[in-house]
Amino acid sequence: MTMSRQGVQPTEVIDRAAKLRFRWNGKRFSGFEGDTIASALAASGEQIFSRSMKYHRPRGILTADYWDPNLMVQVGDDPNVRAGHRLLESGMDVRSQNAWPSLNRDIKAVNGLLGRFLTAGFYYKTFMRPQWLWPTYERVLATFAPGGKIDLDTPHAYHDKRYTHPDVVVAGAGPAGIEAALAASSAGASVMLVSHEHSVGGHLRYSSAAADQAALAELRTALDASDVEVLTDSTVTGRYEDNWLGIVQRNHPVAVERLIKARAKTLVAAPGLIERPYVFEGNDRPGVITSGAARRLVNLWGVKPGERAVVFSANAEGDAAVADLERVGTEIAAVIDGRTGGSISSTRGSSRAVDAVVADGASIGADLLVVAAGWTAPTSLLNMAGDRPVYDPAAARFFPSDPPSNVLATGGLAGDADLDGLRQHGAATGRLAASRAAAVRHRLQARTARALPVDGDEPAWAPDERAPLGRDPHPELYRADTHGMVDMSEDISSKDLVAAAHEGYDSVELAKRYTTATMGPSQGKLETVNTVAAIAEARGETISEVGTTVWRPPYAPVTLGALAGRMFEPVRVSSIHPWHEANNVSVIQAGQWLRPDHYGDPAAEVRNVRRNVGLIDVTPLGKLDLRGPDVPKLLSLLYVNKWMKLGVGRVRYGMMCAEDGVVLDDGVTGRLGEDHYMMSTTSSGAGGVWEWVENWLQTERPDWQVHVTPVTTAYASINVAGPKSRELMSRVCAGVDLDAEAFPYMTVRQATVAGVAGCFMWRIGFTGELSFELHAPAGHGLRVWEALMDSGSDLGVAPFGLEAQRIMRLEKGHFIVGQDTDGLTLGPSTGTGSLIKLDKDDFAGKPELAWAADRSLPLVVAIQPDDPDVVPEEAAQIVRGDTNEILGRITSSRYSPTLNRSICLGQVEPDLAAGGTKVTVLLESGERIGATVIDHHAHFDPAGERLRG
Amino acid sequence: MLLVPCPNCGPRNSTDLRYGGESHARPDPNTASPAEWRAYLYLRDNPAGWLRENWYCASGCRRWFSIERNTATNEFRDPPLPGDKRGGAA
Ligand SMILES: [Zn+2]
Repeated sequence: MTMSRQGVQPTEVIDRAAKLRFRWNGKRFSGFEGDTIASALAASGEQIFSRSMKYHRPRGILTADYWDPNLMVQVGDDPNVRAGHRLLESGMDVRSQNAWPSLNRDIKAVNGLLGRFLTAGFYYKTFMRPQWLWPTYERVLATFAPGGKIDLDTPHAYHDKRYTHPDVVVAGAGPAGIEAALAASSAGASVMLVSHEHSVGGHLRYSSAAADQAALAELRTALDASDVEVLTDSTVTGRYEDNWLGIVQRNHPVAVERLIKARAKTLVAAPGLIERPYVFEGNDRPGVITSGAARRLVNLWGVKPGERAVVFSANAEGDAAVADLERVGTEIAAVIDGRTGGSISSTRGSSRAVDAVVADGASIGADLLVVAAGWTAPTSLLNMAGDRPVYDPAAARFFPSDPPSNVLATGGLAGDADLDGLRQHGAATGRLAASRAAAVRHRLQARTARALPVDGDEPAWAPDERAPLGRDPHPELYRADTHGMVDMSEDISSKDLVAAAHEGYDSVELAKRYTTATMGPSQGKLETVNTVAAIAEARGETISEVGTTVWRPPYAPVTLGALAGRMFEPVRVSSIHPWHEANNVSVIQAGQWLRPDHYGDPAAEVRNVRRNVGLIDVTPLGKLDLRGPDVPKLLSLLYVNKWMKLGVGRVRYGMMCAEDGVVLDDGVTGRLGEDHYMMSTTSSGAGGVWEWVENWLQTERPDWQVHVTPVTTAYASINVAGPKSRELMSRVCAGVDLDAEAFPYMTVRQATVAGVAGCFMWRIGFTGELSFELHAPAGHGLRVWEALMDSGSDLGVAPFGLEAQRIMRLEKGHFIVGQDTDGLTLGPSTGTGSLIKLDKDDFAGKPELAWAADRSLPLVVAIQPDDPDVVPEEAAQIVRGDTNEILGRITSSRYSPTLNRSICLGQVEPDLAAGGTKVTVLLESGERIGATVIDHHAHFDPAGERLRG
Repeated sequence: MLLVPCPNCGPRNSTDLRYGGESHARPDPNTASPAEWRAYLYLRDNPAGWLRENWYCASGCRRWFSIERNTATNEFRDPPLPGDKRGGAA
């Protein structure tokens, strides 16, 4: 086979005045604007584009489009580029993949000789045992992997996302798809027409027939004049519930790719048909191409595919290829007609010869074998909508069965007709799609209570009165009397599939997974039906009986970049954050929040809080403003302890359990006024507790009068902690008596702080020190923080971060929900079981907690390693002696700068929970250390004298 | 992605809502047997067909509502009306 550029073709899409230079495996090449990488290389006489995955057989052009499995190349740092689709650009550095050391002389081609070892299930059989050889297997497999090279230094590129709500999306821009888009648009629908190709027109683009070209020009003119939004080089990759569509737009002017999420009211599936390769010995040799490839090469890019061709034709497309080839001077050695029983058995010849051996054993000399053996209906979008297409043996392809009524098929997917027939069906489909979209639009708007009212009744759901398309008879041509490649991406032959079937993998879904047929870059578009046919043959059944695989998203492969795209996840910071950033903060991400972790030395921060006074920004602490006469009842229902008698100005700690008795959240709630309470939650629980509260109020107790307002971000929260905190607060507070008698531990007061009115603060002590947790209107948070810093410089005031707070709470033995508890930790396990008041009439989780009271449960305990310098890892297991019997685990551990030793919290079996119990901790290193359970949770100041001061 | 008809906000992407699962009545916590309580906690009918279930319009109106959905076809019916005092879980 020798391809070459010929004279100007009337249908060509190249601009011969615009020459583009590029490199192919380091050598200089040139092509024209409008060329694909493959057409430019073919025009320059290149015939081998890749090596096959397992056998490293040379591979050339097969289909010359997006689906061509043999044309995967590397462009610069971009692997797995489809050279059959990607447009040539000036300066491209194109390299072949999977061809070491070079494309034309491939050492691994020796695999071909080992073919009998690389049979069906090769990977499963070869790389299973012994398991300890896995690292070796991985290295071997990696050298076989067909992908390109990933450059980890590639700069991040911009991928975009777009959300849109068109009435009608038409997937596929052949004549039927274009007519559907035009008709829907004329009927008043907003329409998006998505073309997989670089220009609209479908198969008309590479037809040299004058009538086809006239129709194409007419359709393009009509599109230009319409309101249809046309996306070219874009693919509808997935259809999900209620016509939620993923569309990848590859030719966005700014972004590398854009992922469009479209909520279409109706979807028109018009993807056309994909030409199916024929299975025979040598069908994967360079020089064996589909009729569509021949026609595209000639008509789009003016490339003569070969000098002397044998054409195996079973349809009009094959016949048209003969005419196209003759026009560019390819000698037609023979036309074998598949409709009248003609067949191809194999190809012979070395190097560029592709001699065709026909059924009677005769060999016809040629350098090109063009095959038109039939069509695959890419029913993917219908499959994704729940349809199970059915096979028609008379037409030798699958047809839609019963897709949902908001998904309409047209074009070759739906049936056959002449061009006018296809256009009429497309237009009728477009009108139906627009009518049904109008009904959906009416319904959506009518169901939206606050939207503008809609006029009149919902339009009737239009019946499908389209005249159905016909079905052209087509011979069932899947495999000749020889075996050949079924899946060229994965190097799976029909023989492999027969072997798999005989080994018991005789359902298509099993055989697919066992052999990996259809799982390569072509996504089954070329291979699926041939795979089904091979299995059917092995089972002695028909294709209908065997059935096909269910095509799942994506329709075409999607890059990770397109999926990752631009993220819309918000980042939350407190109003004090600028101060942290200006003061050497190390931030830690906690959910959506960026929080100060430390300011250089967490241990020093701990010591300063214990000695002087420190400030921590705890704004993410969840805060719910609760108002109404029934708040005490709500609190009693949600917390395990009692709340009916909390006085105004008082604060109480509470623990929440879910209905299964598992600890859900904890925090303090204070009573600010007669009917006014402020509930605090853990930072991570803020959202969940709010929903929990709403759930109870809305569904179980709708008669209770309680207003819930989340005010987490309405207040900036600052914990002022340390023995000098009262002195510091006295310098900035007005309107409140800070004296220990007037404002004791576990009370709340409202105050003006640093001139900011509307602040409230409560005396609680997570750190174990005298402390004031101050909540200031968020807009003034920074001002309050700076006032505290400025006023306390002589007191040694310094900021502290989450890490210091975590150390101090661990010194005090306060458990953290989700850290020291998990999804199985029942309320009594926290060691605060006395909090649970089973004599209350009702509260969340009460029955489980009542039953748990009689059970022996794991307990949260404080543990100290015998070696004070060893800090066991969090999640290190507590085991029995030298055995691996698990008796508990370390849930929190730190080195305490206050006690100069390691300290832990852990969960242990109840018989280990008594103070003084010796336990064994198994470290990650495998070392076992001794540790001792201590009497109470607090490693430091167990009597709590410091915080009550 | 499923469109869920919130009675207040109209049809919304299901990611705007939190799925509350099958509707089930809460037994009396003082008289429920362990079997009854655990059926309430864990056992669901999970029918292939019509199911009354709860949704929380987390990114919209913040209302819990209950609605019937056909789990085989994802069709919804009888959305409660806005302002329905007990539009929540049954
Ligand atoms: Zn809503």
